[in-house]
Amino acid sequence: MAGQVATGSRSGLRSALPLLLPAYLWLTVAIFLPLSAMVFFSFMTELPLSGKAWSFTLDNYATFFSQGLYWTLLLASLRLGLEVTLWCVVIGYPAAYVLAKVLRGRSREAIFLLVILPFWSNGLVRIFSWAMVLREGGILDTALNAVLPFKINIDLMYSYPAVIIGLVHSYVPYMVLTCYLTLQAIDDSLIEAGRSLGASRLQMLKRVIIPLSMPGLVAGAALIFVPVVGSFMEPRILGGRTGTFYGTVIEDQFVAVFNWPLGAALSFILLAVVLVILALASPVLRRAA
Amino acid sequence: MAGVQVANLSRSFGAHKALDDVSIDFADGGFYALLGPSGSGKTTLLRQIAGFDFPDSGRIAIGGEGVERVPVEKRRIGMVFQNYALFPNMSVADNVGFGLSVRRQAKATIAGEVQRALDLVQLGKLGGRRPHQLSGGQRQRVALARAIVTKPRVLLLDEPLGALDKALRVDMQIELKRIQREIGITTIFVTHDQEEALTMSDRIGILRDGRLVQEGPPEEIYDRPKSEFAATFLGDANIFRGETTGAGIRLPDGTAIAAGAGATLAAGTKASCAVRPERIRIATDSGTPDPNANLLRGQVSKRIFAGSNSTYFVDRDGQTLKVIVQNTGVERLAEGQEVVLRWSPESTVLIAAG
Repeated sequence: MAGQVATGSRSGLRSALPLLLPAYLWLTVAIFLPLSAMVFFSFMTELPLSGKAWSFTLDNYATFFSQGLYWTLLLASLRLGLEVTLWCVVIGYPAAYVLAKVLRGRSREAIFLLVILPFWSNGLVRIFSWAMVLREGGILDTALNAVLPFKINIDLMYSYPAVIIGLVHSYVPYMVLTCYLTLQAIDDSLIEAGRSLGASRLQMLKRVIIPLSMPGLVAGAALIFVPVVGSFMEPRILGGRTGTFYGTVIEDQFVAVFNWPLGAALSFILLAVVLVILALASPVLRRAA
Repeated sequence: MAGVQVANLSRSFGAHKALDDVSIDFADGGFYALLGPSGSGKTTLLRQIAGFDFPDSGRIAIGGEGVERVPVEKRRIGMVFQNYALFPNMSVADNVGFGLSVRRQAKATIAGEVQRALDLVQLGKLGGRRPHQLSGGQRQRVALARAIVTKPRVLLLDEPLGALDKALRVDMQIELKRIQREIGITTIFVTHDQEEALTMSDRIGILRDGRLVQEGPPEEIYDRPKSEFAATFLGDANIFRGETTGAGIRLPDGTAIAAGAGATLAAGTKASCAVRPERIRIATDSGTPDPNANLLRGQVSKRIFAGSNSTYFVDRDGQTLKVIVQNTGVERLAEGQEVVLRWSPESTVLIAAG
């Protein structure tokens, strides 16, 4: 994609400038300036509020490397991102396949709406609904005990699985949408051609359908992995004491401890780590895509 | 290799009868065209033979073995799709070898077979390319190589030349025929292009509204159409409608037209006669009268010059007749000229009405 844009002719770029300008102006004002301010903060000893004295320092970054805790939390968050992405693939890809290749017409529209619906509901409402479902004596617990002949105790609230469930629920539509788009672009005659050559459904999936839908899987994974690594709302509400992750620590620095410089430094370390991971993965991903 | 027998095949989609009691015998090693307008059921029939869809009733046998409930991946057929359906994520060689590798053949065997198939379609050096790097005609050849490399029992082609331009299409017609002869595979070929059907196939089946209208060698269908539809769909025809006299028909104005071929009908029933435009001779005078020839008088309303031949439209008693004349440079008739049309009864086919 990037290559195609870069090869665009110079005159094309000039005439496209009026079209690009609003977007870049907006990005500059709304994102780049605040972000630059954050970079600035991350090198300060104190927030320059109410006349406090401040100076430049590298201590905020040094804190991360001197304390094993941050490193451990970052690894936990990366693992969380990986697991949630994996579950989103496992749940989202088959759904996208059915939407793109099996359902037609109105039933496709209806199921599509059901996939998008959580998107349109408020994130906090979604998470607290899960809290009601997962807690002891909650909806899941009561329902299972009403059906099962023996007494069981479902209390997933404030646990790692609860965080996973909440995050997967929030992010699975991304995977469904990106995979749906690439799967829909696969011509049905390719599948028929493969079958006429004697390939089983599993062989078709492995050799044609998954390779051709790889761009959607990669896009979906990137869209999910990055925000999940920095997530704080789901871990805090559904994870309770077990829900301390890198993202919640950053949030604490901004909201509770008021140590903006440290929070900013931790954010940029996360950004750097994510960029490094994506860069390392890009040759593999590009080959796959 | 094997022949294909289709017997009493029917398939409906809702209230629409896509195939209605179709029976055809495709002999071993033959080249068949299924010809018909869109919606005639020709593609549905091909997909039934392939096994993408199962019939409501009727039988399909490949090499004598009933297959109507066998799914496509077990039928051992080769299929070429209109849009070629090459796998864009694989090289040309991997595309061609796909059918062999899903059968878990040894790598060396696959490489050898793929090379032989690519050589057969004259693309021996392009195995390393990707499908998007090929021209339309080359993709067509790759699709063909991929379909035949597994040594299928029957080769099915769904409008394979539809996406090619005219010159390339003619080349591919010859090429396809050569390859089919070389490997001797039973080939069934769906097309809506009558010229393609005429030039390539040993036999043609004409379909209309899910029914088989007529089936036979191209010459037979062209010379002895059994219905007005067959006469006008395969080639051009002048149709006269009237009442049979036994050896021809009488038009409403009393003119008799003698027919030397076609159906045998009881006198007095409604019937038609079909005459090919190139069988009619056109002249400005009656010349030496031939008592046996059919004769009509009319007026040239339009002449279309097409290089090697000209088409005259001749008005006669409210009907416009078409006459095709080779341009020998001898005479040219002007529009508005009174003319005499003559043709032999042998060129006239009697067709039952309906």
